[in-house]
Amino acid sequence: MSSAMLELILEATLDTLYMVGISGVIAALLGVPLGVLLYVTRPGQILARPLLNQVLGMATNVGRSVPFIILMVAIIPFTRVIVGTSIGTNAAIVPLTVAAIPFVARLVEGSLNEIPPGLVEAAQSMGATPYQIITKVLLPEARGGIITGLTITVVTLVSYSAMAGAVGGGGLGDLGIRYGYNRFDPLVMLITVAILVVMVQGFQSLGDALVRRANHK
Amino acid sequence: MIKLSNLSKTYGSGPGAVQALKTIDLEVPEGAIHGVIGLSGAGKSTLIRCVNLLERPTTGSVRVDGQELTELSGAALNQARHQIGMIFQHFNLLSSRSVYANVALPLELMGVNKTEIRERVAPLLDLVGLADKRDQYPSQLSGGQKQRVAIARALASRPKVLLCDEATSALDPHTTGAILDLLQDINRRLGLTILLITHEMEVVKRICHRVGLISGGELVEEAEVGDFFTAPRTELGRHFLNDFLQLEPPAALVERLEPAPGAHTHPVVRLAFGGDAVSTPLISRLARECGIDVSILEAKVESIQERTLGLMIAELIGGAEETARAIAYLETHDLDVEVLGHVQRDA
Ligand SMILES: Nc1ncnc2c1ncn2[C@@H]1O[C@H](COP(=O)(O)OP(=O)(O)OP(=O)(O)O)[C@@H](O)[C@H]1O
Ligand SMILES: [Mg+2]
Repeated sequence: MSSAMLELILEATLDTLYMVGISGVIAALLGVPLGVLLYVTRPGQILARPLLNQVLGMATNVGRSVPFIILMVAIIPFTRVIVGTSIGTNAAIVPLTVAAIPFVARLVEGSLNEIPPGLVEAAQSMGATPYQIITKVLLPEARGGIITGLTITVVTLVSYSAMAGAVGGGGLGDLGIRYGYNRFDPLVMLITVAILVVMVQGFQSLGDALVRRANHK
Repeated sequence: MIKLSNLSKTYGSGPGAVQALKTIDLEVPEGAIHGVIGLSGAGKSTLIRCVNLLERPTTGSVRVDGQELTELSGAALNQARHQIGMIFQHFNLLSSRSVYANVALPLELMGVNKTEIRERVAPLLDLVGLADKRDQYPSQLSGGQKQRVAIARALASRPKVLLCDEATSALDPHTTGAILDLLQDINRRLGLTILLITHEMEVVKRICHRVGLISGGELVEEAEVGDFFTAPRTELGRHFLNDFLQLEPPAALVERLEPAPGAHTHPVVRLAFGGDAVSTPLISRLARECGIDVSILEAKVESIQERTLGLMIAELIGGAEETARAIAYLETHDLDVEVLGHVQRDA
Protein backbone atom coordinates (compact mmCIF):
# COMPACT_ATOMS: atom_id res chain seq x y z
CA MET A 1 0.00 0.00 0.00
CA SER A 2 1.32 3.41 -0.96
CA SER A 3 2.22 5.98 1.60
CA ALA A 4 -0.26 8.33 -0.05
CA MET A 5 -2.96 5.80 0.71
CA LEU A 6 -1.85 5.52 4.34
CA GLU A 7 -1.93 9.28 4.55
CA LEU A 8 -5.51 9.26 3.26
CA ILE A 9 -6.53 6.65 5.81
CA LEU A 10 -4.95 8.60 8.65
CA GLU A 11 -6.65 11.79 7.54
CA ALA A 12 -10.02 10.06 7.25
CA THR A 13 -9.61 8.60 10.72
CA LEU A 14 -8.89 12.03 12.16
CA ASP A 15 -11.87 13.47 10.26
CA THR A 16 -14.16 10.85 11.77
CA LEU A 17 -12.82 11.49 15.27
CA TYR A 18 -13.29 15.21 14.69
CA MET A 19 -16.92 14.83 13.58
CA VAL A 20 -17.79 12.44 16.35
CA GLY A 21 -15.91 14.46 18.96
CA ILE A 22 -17.40 17.86 18.17
CA SER A 23 -20.96 16.62 17.63
CA GLY A 24 -20.69 14.40 20.72
CA VAL A 25 -19.59 17.26 22.94
CA ILE A 26 -22.23 19.70 21.67
CA ALA A 27 -24.94 17.02 21.91
CA ALA A 28 -23.93 16.31 25.50
CA LEU A 29 -23.90 20.01 26.40
CA LEU A 30 -27.41 20.50 25.00
CA GLY A 31 -28.86 17.00 25.40
CA VAL A 32 -28.13 16.55 29.12
CA PRO A 33 -29.95 19.77 30.11
CA LEU A 34 -32.81 18.86 27.76
CA GLY A 35 -33.06 15.43 29.37
CA VAL A 36 -33.09 16.98 32.84
CA LEU A 37 -35.76 19.43 31.71
CA LEU A 38 -37.86 16.59 30.29
CA TYR A 39 -37.68 14.92 33.70
CA VAL A 40 -38.17 17.80 36.12
CA THR A 41 -41.06 19.44 34.22
CA ARG A 42 -43.21 16.32 34.32
CA PRO A 43 -46.43 16.53 36.30
CA GLY A 44 -45.69 15.88 39.96
CA GLN A 45 -41.99 16.60 39.57
CA ILE A 46 -39.97 19.35 41.24
CA LEU A 47 -40.53 21.90 38.44
CA ALA A 48 -43.79 20.53 37.06
CA ARG A 49 -44.76 22.38 33.85
CA PRO A 50 -47.06 19.94 32.04
CA LEU A 51 -47.49 22.04 28.89
CA LEU A 52 -43.77 22.75 28.44
CA ASN A 53 -43.12 19.10 29.13
CA GLN A 54 -45.47 18.02 26.36
CA VAL A 55 -43.98 20.43 23.85
CA LEU A 56 -40.43 19.33 24.68
CA GLY A 57 -41.42 15.68 24.62
CA MET A 58 -43.03 16.05 21.22
CA ALA A 59 -40.05 17.90 19.74
CA THR A 60 -37.73 15.22 21.10
CA ASN A 61 -39.83 12.46 19.58
CA VAL A 62 -39.90 14.14 16.20
CA GLY A 63 -36.11 14.53 16.31
CA ARG A 64 -35.73 10.87 17.16
CA SER A 65 -38.13 9.49 14.60
CA VAL A 66 -36.67 11.11 11.48
CA PRO A 67 -34.20 8.66 9.88
CA PHE A 68 -30.70 10.12 9.95
CA ILE A 69 -30.22 9.97 6.21
CA ILE A 70 -33.39 12.03 5.67
CA LEU A 71 -32.55 14.43 8.49
CA MET A 72 -29.20 15.10 6.88
CA VAL A 73 -30.79 16.18 3.62
CA ALA A 74 -33.76 17.91 5.19
CA ILE A 75 -31.70 20.33 7.25
CA ILE A 76 -29.26 21.33 4.52
CA PRO A 77 -30.53 24.94 4.51
CA PHE A 78 -30.01 25.10 8.27
CA THR A 79 -26.54 23.58 7.90
CA ARG A 80 -25.66 26.24 5.29
CA VAL A 81 -26.69 28.98 7.71
CA ILE A 82 -24.55 27.55 10.48
CA VAL A 83 -21.32 26.55 8.72
CA GLY A 84 -21.70 28.24 5.33
CA THR A 85 -21.60 25.02 3.29
CA SER A 86 -23.40 21.71 3.03
CA ILE A 87 -20.37 19.61 2.11
CA GLY A 88 -17.41 18.45 4.21
CA THR A 89 -16.78 17.41 7.76
CA ASN A 90 -17.95 20.69 9.31
CA ALA A 91 -21.20 20.43 7.42
CA ALA A 92 -21.63 16.83 8.64
CA ILE A 93 -21.30 17.92 12.25
CA VAL A 94 -24.58 19.85 12.12
CA PRO A 95 -26.94 16.95 11.32
CA LEU A 96 -24.94 14.62 13.57
CA THR A 97 -25.44 17.01 16.48
CA VAL A 98 -29.11 17.59 15.70
CA ALA A 99 -29.71 13.85 15.61
CA ALA A 100 -27.76 13.20 18.81
CA ILE A 101 -29.36 15.85 21.05
CA PRO A 102 -32.80 14.18 21.42
CA PHE A 103 -31.08 10.80 21.61
CA VAL A 104 -28.97 11.96 24.57
CA ALA A 105 -31.96 13.69 26.14
CA ARG A 106 -34.09 10.55 26.22
CA LEU A 107 -31.24 8.43 27.59
CA VAL A 108 -30.59 11.01 30.33
CA GLU A 109 -34.29 11.17 31.16
CA GLY A 110 -34.28 7.37 31.37
CA SER A 111 -31.41 7.28 33.84
CA LEU A 112 -33.08 9.97 35.98
CA ASN A 113 -36.13 7.70 36.07
CA GLU A 114 -34.07 5.11 37.89
CA ILE A 115 -33.45 7.37 40.87
CA PRO A 116 -35.67 6.40 43.83
CA PRO A 117 -38.14 9.27 44.41
CA GLY A 118 -37.30 9.09 48.12
CA LEU A 119 -33.95 10.75 47.47
CA VAL A 120 -35.59 13.86 46.04
CA GLU A 121 -38.00 13.86 48.97
CA ALA A 122 -35.17 13.64 51.45
CA ALA A 123 -33.48 16.61 49.79
CA GLN A 124 -36.75 18.55 49.87
CA SER A 125 -37.13 17.78 53.55
CA MET A 126 -33.68 19.38 54.03
CA GLY A 127 -34.88 22.53 52.32
CA ALA A 128 -33.16 22.01 48.96
CA THR A 129 -34.15 24.31 46.08
CA PRO A 130 -35.02 22.72 42.71
CA TYR A 131 -31.64 23.84 41.34
CA GLN A 132 -29.85 22.22 44.29
CA ILE A 133 -31.85 19.04 43.80
CA ILE A 134 -30.74 18.90 40.17
CA THR A 135 -27.06 19.58 40.84
CA LYS A 136 -26.61 17.76 44.14
CA VAL A 137 -29.03 14.85 43.85
CA LEU A 138 -30.27 14.11 40.33
CA LEU A 139 -27.12 14.56 38.27
CA PRO A 140 -24.69 12.88 40.72
CA GLU A 141 -27.06 9.98 41.33
CA ALA A 142 -27.60 9.46 37.59
CA ARG A 143 -23.93 9.93 36.72
CA GLY A 144 -23.33 6.27 35.85
CA GLY A 145 -26.45 6.09 33.70
CA ILE A 146 -25.65 9.35 31.96
CA ILE A 147 -22.14 8.19 31.08
CA THR A 148 -23.58 4.94 29.74
CA GLY A 149 -25.98 7.00 27.63
CA LEU A 150 -23.22 9.21 26.29
CA THR A 151 -21.15 6.16 25.39
CA ILE A 152 -24.06 4.72 23.43
CA THR A 153 -24.45 8.10 21.72
CA VAL A 154 -20.79 8.31 20.71
CA VAL A 155 -20.85 4.78 19.32
CA THR A 156 -24.00 5.63 17.36
CA LEU A 157 -22.33 8.81 16.12
CA VAL A 158 -19.42 6.77 14.76
CA SER A 159 -21.76 4.80 12.53
CA TYR A 160 -23.84 7.89 11.61
CA SER A 161 -20.64 9.73 10.68
CA ALA A 162 -19.85 6.96 8.24
CA MET A 163 -23.28 7.55 6.71
CA ALA A 164 -22.64 11.28 6.57
CA GLY A 165 -19.32 10.52 4.90
CA ALA A 166 -21.09 8.68 2.14
CA VAL A 167 -22.83 11.86 1.05
CA GLY A 168 -19.74 14.01 1.01
CA GLY A 169 -18.99 14.49 4.65
CA GLY A 170 -15.47 13.09 4.60
CA GLY A 171 -14.06 10.65 7.13
CA LEU A 172 -13.76 6.87 7.11
CA GLY A 173 -17.21 6.25 5.63
CA ASP A 174 -16.41 8.48 2.70
CA LEU A 175 -13.07 6.75 2.15
CA GLY A 176 -14.60 3.31 2.42
CA ILE A 177 -17.26 4.09 -0.16
CA ARG A 178 -14.96 5.90 -2.58
CA TYR A 179 -12.19 3.33 -2.65
CA GLY A 180 -13.86 0.21 -1.48
CA TYR A 181 -17.06 0.50 -3.47
CA ASN A 182 -16.53 2.87 -6.36
CA ARG A 183 -13.01 1.66 -7.22
CA PHE A 184 -13.46 -1.79 -5.78
CA ASP A 185 -10.39 -1.84 -3.54
CA PRO A 186 -11.39 -4.38 -0.89
CA LEU A 187 -8.26 -3.77 1.20
CA VAL A 188 -9.14 -0.12 1.81
CA MET A 189 -12.70 -1.05 2.65
CA LEU A 190 -11.45 -3.68 5.08
CA ILE A 191 -9.03 -1.28 6.74
CA THR A 192 -11.68 1.42 7.21
CA VAL A 193 -14.05 -1.12 8.73
CA ALA A 194 -11.30 -2.41 11.01
CA ILE A 195 -10.50 1.11 12.17
CA LEU A 196 -14.20 1.76 12.88
CA VAL A 197 -14.41 -1.45 14.90
CA VAL A 198 -11.36 -0.49 16.96
CA MET A 199 -12.76 3.00 17.47
CA VAL A 200 -16.11 1.72 18.74
CA GLN A 201 -14.34 -0.79 20.93
CA GLY A 202 -12.16 1.97 22.36
CA PHE A 203 -15.06 4.31 23.12
CA GLN A 204 -17.00 1.49 24.74
CA SER A 205 -14.10 0.49 27.01
CA LEU A 206 -13.49 4.11 27.96
CA GLY A 207 -17.19 4.56 28.77
CA ASP A 208 -17.31 1.37 30.83
CA ALA A 209 -14.26 2.43 32.82
CA LEU A 210 -15.81 5.83 33.56
CA VAL A 211 -19.08 4.21 34.65
CA ARG A 212 -17.21 1.92 37.02
CA ARG A 213 -15.48 4.92 38.55
CA ALA A 214 -18.74 6.86 38.86
CA ASN A 215 -20.79 4.10 40.48
CA HIS A 216 -20.62 3.37 44.17
CA LYS A 217 -23.68 1.17 44.11
CA MET B 1 -43.38 22.49 69.49
CA ILE B 2 -45.58 20.87 66.84
CA LYS B 3 -49.23 21.87 66.64
CA LEU B 4 -51.53 20.52 63.99
CA SER B 5 -55.01 22.01 63.99
CA ASN B 6 -57.99 20.90 62.00
CA LEU B 7 -55.67 19.31 59.48
CA SER B 8 -57.14 17.51 56.51
CA LYS B 9 -55.68 16.18 53.30
CA THR B 10 -57.49 14.95 50.21
CA TYR B 11 -55.56 13.40 47.34
CA GLY B 12 -56.97 14.12 43.89
CA SER B 13 -60.41 15.50 43.20
CA GLY B 14 -63.78 14.41 41.88
CA PRO B 15 -65.03 10.86 42.32
CA GLY B 16 -61.52 9.40 42.57
CA ALA B 17 -60.52 11.61 45.49
CA VAL B 18 -59.07 9.96 48.60
CA GLN B 19 -59.47 11.72 51.91
CA ALA B 20 -56.31 10.58 53.67
CA LEU B 21 -56.65 12.83 56.74
CA LYS B 22 -59.79 14.18 58.39
CA THR B 23 -59.61 17.10 60.79
CA ILE B 24 -56.57 16.02 62.76
CA ASP B 25 -55.65 17.91 65.93
CA LEU B 26 -52.34 17.00 67.47
CA GLU B 27 -49.95 18.75 69.78
CA VAL B 28 -46.45 17.63 70.63
CA PRO B 29 -44.77 19.55 73.45
CA GLU B 30 -41.09 20.47 73.32
CA GLY B 31 -38.78 17.61 74.21
CA ALA B 32 -41.43 14.91 73.85
CA ILE B 33 -41.28 11.70 71.87
CA HIS B 34 -44.70 11.31 70.35
CA GLY B 35 -45.73 8.19 68.50
CA VAL B 36 -48.47 7.75 65.96
CA ILE B 37 -49.53 4.20 65.31
CA GLY B 38 -52.01 2.81 62.83
CA LEU B 39 -52.68 0.12 60.28
CA SER B 40 -51.45 0.29 56.71
CA GLY B 41 -53.24 2.99 54.74
CA ALA B 42 -54.49 4.75 57.87
CA GLY B 43 -52.78 7.98 56.83
CA LYS B 44 -49.64 7.88 58.97
CA SER B 45 -47.20 8.83 56.25
CA THR B 46 -49.53 11.53 54.99
CA LEU B 47 -49.74 12.95 58.50
CA ILE B 48 -46.00 13.14 59.10
CA ARG B 49 -45.36 14.46 55.60
CA CYS B 50 -47.78 17.28 56.25
CA VAL B 51 -45.63 18.44 59.17
CA ASN B 52 -42.77 19.52 56.91
CA LEU B 53 -45.11 20.20 54.00
CA LEU B 54 -43.74 17.46 51.78
CA GLU B 55 -47.47 17.08 51.39
CA ARG B 56 -49.45 20.31 51.41
CA PRO B 57 -52.53 19.94 53.66
CA THR B 58 -55.87 20.64 52.00
CA THR B 59 -57.05 22.61 55.01
CA GLY B 60 -55.87 23.33 58.53
CA SER B 61 -52.79 24.68 60.18
CA VAL B 62 -49.30 23.31 60.84
CA ARG B 63 -47.29 25.16 63.45
CA VAL B 64 -43.73 24.19 64.25
CA ASP B 65 -41.95 26.17 66.94
CA GLY B 66 -44.65 28.83 66.73
CA GLN B 67 -44.33 29.34 62.99
CA GLU B 68 -47.27 28.71 60.67
CA LEU B 69 -45.83 26.62 57.84
CA THR B 70 -48.82 26.45 55.52
CA GLU B 71 -48.40 30.15 54.75
CA LEU B 72 -44.83 29.62 53.55
CA SER B 73 -43.47 28.64 50.18
CA GLY B 74 -40.22 28.86 48.26
CA ALA B 75 -37.19 30.14 50.13
CA ALA B 76 -39.08 30.80 53.38
CA LEU B 77 -40.35 27.22 53.46
CA ASN B 78 -36.88 25.85 52.73
CA GLN B 79 -35.56 27.98 55.57
CA ALA B 80 -38.21 26.60 57.94
CA ARG B 81 -37.40 23.04 56.88
CA HIS B 82 -33.89 23.43 58.29
CA GLN B 83 -35.61 23.35 61.68
CA ILE B 84 -37.17 19.97 60.91
CA GLY B 85 -35.06 16.87 60.33
CA MET B 86 -36.57 13.75 58.82
CA ILE B 87 -35.60 10.10 58.55
CA PHE B 88 -37.24 7.48 56.38
CA GLN B 89 -37.99 3.77 56.26
CA HIS B 90 -35.63 3.23 53.33
CA PHE B 91 -32.96 5.66 54.59
CA ASN B 92 -32.80 7.65 51.32
CA LEU B 93 -29.05 8.15 51.40
CA LEU B 94 -27.34 9.34 48.23
CA SER B 95 -25.40 6.42 46.78
CA SER B 96 -23.08 8.85 45.01
CA ARG B 97 -21.87 10.34 48.29
CA SER B 98 -19.71 8.94 51.05
CA VAL B 99 -20.99 8.77 54.62
CA TYR B 100 -19.26 12.07 55.36
CA ALA B 101 -20.66 13.77 52.26
CA ASN B 102 -24.17 12.51 52.99
CA VAL B 103 -24.10 14.07 56.44
CA ALA B 104 -22.58 17.24 54.97
CA LEU B 105 -25.36 17.59 52.38
CA PRO B 106 -27.87 19.61 54.42
CA LEU B 107 -25.08 21.96 55.45
CA GLU B 108 -24.02 22.43 51.82
CA LEU B 109 -27.62 23.21 50.96
CA MET B 110 -27.66 25.88 53.68
CA GLY B 111 -24.48 27.42 52.30
CA VAL B 112 -22.28 26.60 55.30
CA ASN B 113 -18.57 26.88 54.41
CA LYS B 114 -16.29 23.87 54.12
CA THR B 115 -14.34 24.43 57.33
CA GLU B 116 -17.47 24.72 59.40
CA ILE B 117 -18.97 21.67 57.68
CA ARG B 118 -15.92 19.65 58.73
CA GLU B 119 -16.25 20.87 62.30
CA ARG B 120 -19.93 20.01 62.46
CA VAL B 121 -19.95 16.63 60.69
CA ALA B 122 -17.25 14.96 62.79
CA PRO B 123 -19.11 15.16 66.13
CA LEU B 124 -22.30 13.94 64.44
CA LEU B 125 -20.51 10.84 63.16
CA ASP B 126 -19.20 10.31 66.68
CA LEU B 127 -22.71 10.69 68.07
CA VAL B 128 -24.08 7.93 65.87
CA GLY B 129 -20.96 5.80 66.30
CA LEU B 130 -19.80 5.81 62.69
CA ALA B 131 -16.63 7.90 62.82
CA ASP B 132 -14.64 5.00 61.34
CA LYS B 133 -17.00 4.72 58.35
CA ARG B 134 -16.76 8.32 57.19
CA ASP B 135 -15.26 7.51 53.77
CA GLN B 136 -17.39 4.48 53.00
CA TYR B 137 -20.33 4.56 50.63
CA PRO B 138 -23.91 3.61 51.57
CA SER B 139 -23.70 0.38 49.54
CA GLN B 140 -21.00 -0.79 51.95
CA LEU B 141 -23.15 -0.31 55.06
CA SER B 142 -25.75 -2.45 56.82
CA GLY B 143 -29.32 -1.23 57.22
CA GLY B 144 -28.74 -0.14 60.80
CA GLN B 145 -25.61 1.76 59.84
CA LYS B 146 -27.46 3.45 56.98
CA GLN B 147 -30.14 4.63 59.36
CA ARG B 148 -27.44 5.98 61.68
CA VAL B 149 -26.02 7.98 58.81
CA ALA B 150 -29.53 9.23 58.02
CA ILE B 151 -29.97 10.28 61.65
CA ALA B 152 -26.66 12.15 61.64
CA ARG B 153 -27.71 13.81 58.38
CA ALA B 154 -31.09 14.80 59.81
CA LEU B 155 -29.37 16.37 62.82
CA ALA B 156 -26.79 18.29 60.80
CA SER B 157 -28.88 21.44 60.42
CA ARG B 158 -29.45 21.43 64.22
CA PRO B 159 -33.21 21.00 63.92
CA LYS B 160 -35.66 21.39 66.79
CA VAL B 161 -37.88 18.60 65.54
CA LEU B 162 -37.13 15.16 64.15
CA LEU B 163 -39.72 13.33 62.05
CA CYS B 164 -39.38 9.56 61.74
CA ASP B 165 -41.43 7.80 59.07
CA GLU B 166 -41.30 4.08 59.91
CA ALA B 167 -37.61 4.54 60.64
CA THR B 168 -37.11 1.02 61.96
CA SER B 169 -39.55 -0.94 59.81
CA ALA B 170 -36.83 -2.20 57.47
CA LEU B 171 -34.60 -3.37 60.32
CA ASP B 172 -34.37 -6.57 62.35
CA PRO B 173 -35.52 -6.47 66.00
CA HIS B 174 -32.02 -6.17 67.45
CA THR B 175 -31.04 -3.30 65.15
CA THR B 176 -34.43 -1.68 65.74
CA GLY B 177 -33.65 -1.65 69.44
CA ALA B 178 -30.26 -0.05 68.89
CA ILE B 179 -31.71 2.68 66.64
CA LEU B 180 -34.49 3.39 69.13
CA ASP B 181 -31.93 3.67 71.93
CA LEU B 182 -30.01 6.15 69.79
CA LEU B 183 -33.14 8.22 69.18
CA GLN B 184 -33.92 8.21 72.89
CA ASP B 185 -30.37 9.25 73.69
CA ILE B 186 -30.60 12.12 71.21
CA ASN B 187 -33.94 13.17 72.65
CA ARG B 188 -32.47 13.32 76.14
CA ARG B 189 -29.14 14.88 75.25
CA LEU B 190 -30.29 17.46 72.73
CA GLY B 191 -33.83 17.99 73.96
CA LEU B 192 -35.01 17.24 70.44
CA THR B 193 -38.76 16.86 69.92
CA ILE B 194 -39.50 13.65 68.05
CA LEU B 195 -42.64 12.70 66.12
CA LEU B 196 -42.47 9.13 64.94
CA ILE B 197 -44.92 6.98 63.10
CA THR B 198 -44.91 3.24 63.18
CA HIS B 199 -47.12 0.21 62.95
CA GLU B 200 -45.21 -1.57 65.71
CA MET B 201 -46.31 -1.41 69.36
CA GLU B 202 -42.80 -2.40 70.38
CA VAL B 203 -41.49 0.94 69.07
CA VAL B 204 -44.15 2.88 70.97
CA LYS B 205 -43.55 0.90 74.14
CA ARG B 206 -39.83 1.38 74.00
CA ILE B 207 -39.38 5.12 73.56
CA CYS B 208 -42.62 7.09 73.20
CA HIS B 209 -44.06 9.30 75.91
CA ARG B 210 -47.44 9.73 74.29
CA VAL B 211 -49.09 7.92 71.45
CA GLY B 212 -51.87 8.67 68.98
CA LEU B 213 -53.85 6.00 67.21
CA ILE B 214 -54.87 6.80 63.67
CA SER B 215 -57.53 4.99 61.68
CA GLY B 216 -59.15 5.96 58.39
CA GLY B 217 -57.45 9.34 58.53
CA GLU B 218 -58.74 10.16 61.98
CA LEU B 219 -56.92 10.33 65.28
CA VAL B 220 -59.21 8.02 67.23
CA GLU B 221 -57.31 7.82 70.49
CA GLU B 222 -54.51 9.66 72.22
CA ALA B 223 -52.94 8.82 75.56
CA GLU B 224 -49.85 8.51 77.70
CA VAL B 225 -48.05 5.35 76.65
CA GLY B 226 -48.55 3.71 80.06
CA ASP B 227 -52.31 4.36 79.89
CA PHE B 228 -52.56 3.21 76.32
CA PHE B 229 -50.93 -0.09 77.15
CA THR B 230 -52.96 -0.71 80.27
CA ALA B 231 -56.34 0.57 79.16
CA PRO B 232 -56.79 1.37 75.48
CA ARG B 233 -60.12 3.11 75.00
CA THR B 234 -60.97 1.97 71.49
CA GLU B 235 -61.58 -1.39 69.88
CA LEU B 236 -58.63 -0.77 67.53
CA GLY B 237 -56.39 0.15 70.46
CA ARG B 238 -57.29 -3.11 72.16
CA HIS B 239 -56.64 -4.97 68.93
CA PHE B 240 -53.14 -3.49 68.70
CA LEU B 241 -52.48 -4.33 72.34
CA ASN B 242 -53.66 -7.91 72.05
CA ASP B 243 -51.61 -8.45 68.93
CA PHE B 244 -48.62 -7.08 70.76
CA LEU B 245 -49.13 -9.12 73.91
CA GLN B 246 -50.31 -12.17 72.05
CA LEU B 247 -52.52 -13.07 74.92
CA GLU B 248 -55.38 -14.94 73.34
CA PRO B 249 -57.61 -17.48 75.05
CA PRO B 250 -56.66 -21.12 74.35
CA ALA B 251 -58.16 -22.45 71.14
CA ALA B 252 -60.09 -25.19 72.91
CA LEU B 253 -61.79 -22.56 75.04
CA VAL B 254 -62.57 -20.28 72.11
CA GLU B 255 -64.53 -23.12 70.50
CA ARG B 256 -66.72 -23.39 73.56
CA LEU B 257 -67.26 -19.62 73.92
CA GLU B 258 -70.76 -18.34 73.37
CA PRO B 259 -71.42 -14.66 72.80
CA ALA B 260 -74.45 -14.42 75.12
CA PRO B 261 -74.84 -15.72 78.64
CA GLY B 262 -77.15 -18.69 79.12
CA ALA B 263 -78.83 -20.18 82.13
CA HIS B 264 -75.81 -22.24 83.05
CA THR B 265 -72.77 -20.30 81.87
CA HIS B 266 -69.71 -18.64 83.36
CA PRO B 267 -68.15 -15.49 81.93
CA VAL B 268 -64.60 -15.62 80.58
CA VAL B 269 -62.84 -12.31 80.99
CA ARG B 270 -59.63 -10.67 79.97
CA LEU B 271 -58.24 -8.52 82.76
CA ALA B 272 -55.62 -5.88 82.26
CA PHE B 273 -54.26 -4.13 85.30
CA GLY B 274 -51.62 -1.49 85.61
CA GLY B 275 -50.10 0.47 88.45
CA ASP B 276 -51.15 -0.34 92.02
CA ALA B 277 -53.47 -3.14 91.07
CA VAL B 278 -50.50 -5.32 90.12
CA SER B 279 -49.25 -5.51 93.67
CA THR B 280 -52.64 -6.00 95.30
CA PRO B 281 -53.84 -9.56 95.97
CA LEU B 282 -56.99 -8.86 93.99
CA ILE B 283 -57.83 -12.35 92.89
CA SER B 284 -57.96 -13.84 96.36
CA ARG B 285 -59.96 -10.85 97.59
CA LEU B 286 -62.32 -11.25 94.68
CA ALA B 287 -62.91 -14.85 95.63
CA ARG B 288 -63.48 -13.92 99.24
CA GLU B 289 -65.58 -10.80 98.85
CA CYS B 290 -67.77 -11.84 95.93
CA GLY B 291 -68.02 -15.47 96.78
CA ILE B 292 -66.88 -16.83 93.48
CA ASP B 293 -64.07 -19.04 92.25
CA VAL B 294 -61.53 -17.78 89.75
CA SER B 295 -59.88 -20.13 87.33
CA ILE B 296 -56.84 -18.50 85.70
CA LEU B 297 -56.39 -19.72 82.15
CA GLU B 298 -53.47 -17.55 81.10
CA ALA B 299 -51.45 -14.75 82.64
CA LYS B 300 -48.61 -12.44 81.74
CA VAL B 301 -46.77 -9.50 83.22
CA GLU B 302 -45.18 -6.86 80.96
CA SER B 303 -43.22 -3.84 81.96
CA ILE B 304 -44.06 -0.79 79.90
CA GLN B 305 -41.41 1.84 80.58
CA GLU B 306 -41.85 2.67 84.31
CA ARG B 307 -45.17 0.89 84.61
CA THR B 308 -46.07 -2.73 85.06
CA LEU B 309 -48.91 -4.26 83.14
CA GLY B 310 -50.57 -7.48 84.24
CA LEU B 311 -52.77 -9.44 81.94
CA MET B 312 -54.92 -12.39 82.61
CA ILE B 313 -57.57 -14.51 81.00
CA ALA B 314 -59.79 -16.06 83.63
CA GLU B 315 -63.05 -17.86 84.03
CA LEU B 316 -65.27 -16.47 86.80
CA ILE B 317 -67.08 -19.38 88.36
CA GLY B 318 -70.23 -18.53 90.24
CA GLY B 319 -73.84 -17.53 89.86
CA ALA B 320 -74.91 -14.79 87.45
CA GLU B 321 -75.38 -12.28 90.21
CA GLU B 322 -72.06 -13.00 91.91
CA THR B 323 -70.06 -12.86 88.73
CA ALA B 324 -71.68 -9.55 87.71
CA ARG B 325 -70.74 -8.19 91.12
CA ALA B 326 -67.21 -9.47 90.70
CA ILE B 327 -66.83 -7.66 87.37
CA ALA B 328 -68.11 -4.44 88.90
CA TYR B 329 -65.69 -4.91 91.80
CA LEU B 330 -62.76 -5.29 89.39
CA GLU B 331 -63.78 -2.20 87.48
CA THR B 332 -63.90 -0.10 90.62
CA HIS B 333 -60.34 -1.18 91.25
CA ASP B 334 -59.17 0.31 87.95
CA LEU B 335 -58.92 -2.89 86.03
CA ASP B 336 -59.77 -3.03 82.38
CA VAL B 337 -62.27 -5.86 82.07
CA GLU B 338 -63.32 -7.31 78.75
CA VAL B 339 -65.85 -10.12 78.68
CA LEU B 340 -64.70 -12.46 75.94
CA GLY B 341 -67.73 -14.74 76.10
CA HIS B 342 -69.44 -17.37 78.17
CA VAL B 343 -68.83 -21.06 78.63
CA GLN B 344 -71.19 -23.75 79.74
CA ARG B 345 -70.78 -24.77 83.31
CA ASP B 346 -69.16 -28.17 83.61
CA ALA B 347 -71.81 -30.73 84.27
N1 LIG C 1 -49.80 10.50 46.54
C1 LIG C 1 -50.99 9.92 46.78
N2 LIG C 1 -51.99 10.03 45.89
C2 LIG C 1 -53.19 9.47 46.13
N3 LIG C 1 -53.52 8.80 47.24
C3 LIG C 1 -52.57 8.64 48.17
C4 LIG C 1 -51.25 9.20 47.99
N4 LIG C 1 -50.51 8.90 49.08
C5 LIG C 1 -51.32 8.19 49.90
N5 LIG C 1 -52.55 8.04 49.37
C6 LIG C 1 -53.70 7.36 49.99
O1 LIG C 1 -53.93 7.95 51.26
C7 LIG C 1 -54.20 6.97 52.23
C8 LIG C 1 -53.24 7.06 53.38
O2 LIG C 1 -51.94 6.73 52.89
P1 LIG C 1 -50.64 6.77 53.80
O3 LIG C 1 -49.48 6.50 52.90
O4 LIG C 1 -50.61 8.03 54.57
O5 LIG C 1 -50.88 5.55 54.76
P2 LIG C 1 -49.92 4.89 55.85
O6 LIG C 1 -50.66 4.90 57.13
O7 LIG C 1 -48.60 5.57 55.84
O8 LIG C 1 -49.78 3.42 55.34
P3 LIG C 1 -48.51 2.43 55.39
O9 LIG C 1 -48.41 1.90 56.76
O10 LIG C 1 -48.89 1.37 54.39
O11 LIG C 1 -47.31 3.23 54.95
C9 LIG C 1 -54.20 5.63 51.51
O12 LIG C 1 -55.53 5.30 51.19
C10 LIG C 1 -53.41 5.90 50.26
O13 LIG C 1 -53.87 5.09 49.21
MG1 LIG D 1 -46.55 4.95 55.31
